[in-house]
Amino acid sequence: MAETELTQDDVKHVAQLAMLTFEEQKLEHFTTQLDDILNLVETLNEVDTTDVPATFTVTENVNVLRTDTANNTHQGSELLANAPEAENGLIKVPAIIDESEEA
Amino acid sequence: MNYFETDLTQLHDQLVNKEISSVELTQATLANIKKTETNVNAFITVNDDAALAQAKAVDDKGIDATNLFSGIPIAIKDNILTKDILTTAGSKMLSNFKPVFDATATEKLYGQDAIMIGKTNMDEFAMGSTTETSYFNATKNAWDYTKVPGGSSGGSASAVASGEVLAALGTDTGGSIRQPAAFNGIVGLKPTYGRVSRWGLIAFGSSLDQIGQFTRTVRDNAAVLNIIAGHDQRDQTSSQREVPDYTANLTGDIKGMKIALPKEYLGEGISKEVKETILNAAKQFEAMGATVEEVSLPHSKYGVAAYYIIASSEASSNLQRFDGIRYGYRAKDAKNLNDLYVKSRTEGFGDEVKRRIMLGTFSLSAGSYDAFFKKAAQVRTLIVQDFQRVFEKYDLIMGPTTPTVAFNLGAKVEDPAEMYMNDVLTIPVNFAGLPGMSINAGFSEGLPVGMHLIAKHFDEASIYKAAYAFEQATQLFKQIPQVGGQK
Repeated sequence: MAETELTQDDVKHVAQLAMLTFEEQKLEHFTTQLDDILNLVETLNEVDTTDVPATFTVTENVNVLRTDTANNTHQGSELLANAPEAENGLIKVPAIIDESEEA
Repeated sequence: MNYFETDLTQLHDQLVNKEISSVELTQATLANIKKTETNVNAFITVNDDAALAQAKAVDDKGIDATNLFSGIPIAIKDNILTKDILTTAGSKMLSNFKPVFDATATEKLYGQDAIMIGKTNMDEFAMGSTTETSYFNATKNAWDYTKVPGGSSGGSASAVASGEVLAALGTDTGGSIRQPAAFNGIVGLKPTYGRVSRWGLIAFGSSLDQIGQFTRTVRDNAAVLNIIAGHDQRDQTSSQREVPDYTANLTGDIKGMKIALPKEYLGEGISKEVKETILNAAKQFEAMGATVEEVSLPHSKYGVAAYYIIASSEASSNLQRFDGIRYGYRAKDAKNLNDLYVKSRTEGFGDEVKRRIMLGTFSLSAGSYDAFFKKAAQVRTLIVQDFQRVFEKYDLIMGPTTPTVAFNLGAKVEDPAEMYMNDVLTIPVNFAGLPGMSINAGFSEGLPVGMHLIAKHFDEASIYKAAYAFEQATQLFKQIPQVGGQK
């Protein structure tokens, strides 16, 4: 793990990946805070992890299988009650491509 | 009424003997919550009407003399789904969300005819150590309203400690049950990973998250675990192991028990008073016939750093689902679909959640994965191995739950890196999936000091055994909050 100095451009790039956006003044504040956190995280460099396997889960279960049975738990109308906008039993979303914008 | 001088068994007897009905108990509980809430803000939703209707149904059916929970009000943290009842996870993102199904833990409490009295406040999506990141304002510490209650399950902890309820469910990803239990002087248990189904828990860090419970006493705590533990085919990490009766071995006898005290847990950053309290607790255990010996968990100090990579990475993945489309907050005036995603997430998530999503997305992104995510997962292995070595020789590990007692509201909000150090003692337990409890071990400056007890996988029974002996010997659970501090 190399010494990382986070720039505002890095933060903008990650924000884009995470589907978030930050106003300019907040971006500066956020970059500093994230950089502080990364400095804390970089203490991991002190640990020799050569040939150490990674742990991603501690469950003792392996390949849990069950019968795939159909059930009728939820009705469409019930599920749609939480949708911000719905019409004719469907969830409504804005245009996927904004036609008013130039290509 | 408040719940300071009673417990599940006593209340159950009163209900069975018809000294009080479930409706009367629920009404009295609601009245007390209404009064207490102006000070503590432990609840996001108080379930007035539905709780009373439920209590009436239980009374009509008759209190079940064989069921300890029949007709007893219980609170649930607001990231655990409750059908048709607002479940926000403390976020603007879900501020209008009513689940269409119950979490398994909720279902199990309903199955016992417990009364769902309300949903408790929490840090947004369980990310925080003070309950200050909640969209619904901060909860206050039950012992001092100028102090934080801990987090993320601060609402559940404060509700129990301030006598609003006898028991509450919480969740723990890096200490979110144990740390608020410590700050509020009550009993909080994070069960073994896989012991309690996570079905219907709003996911944060899926390899770490676990549902558990807060109570005033050890016996009550064990009784709640008896109900919510067990296999569930809807959670593939849930264990098929049999659920023992956790109340069975509460004898007070811990002769011959081997307890380890890691030197790292009393080292740098741990306040003098906390250290003294825990050393006194160790003496108490020895006086009761247990042995306490110093051990080392050399990698525990790297837990916080590894945790903020792993938990944040899992969170950035889990929180992708909040996109403003099917449920939750949707921003107005989006130009197109992509704009809708970005605006809804930017407006719907608070700063701490954004920080974690950003950190996680960064750690998992091309070019960072090996250096950050994989490195942290390797350090996790070393932390797990530290515990394995100690548990070859010992039954239990003890230490403080938190480095200090509860601090002032607002004190650490602007310094996330310092805030994260709060969880230095609790995080390693989540990494290893072990069961851990916090129980009150004394007071410093009028505020409770939590003792942390950790056992082997699925050996909650040993924690309960030791905690019960300690509780009976010290009688600390009889201390109740007096605002302005305990003498």
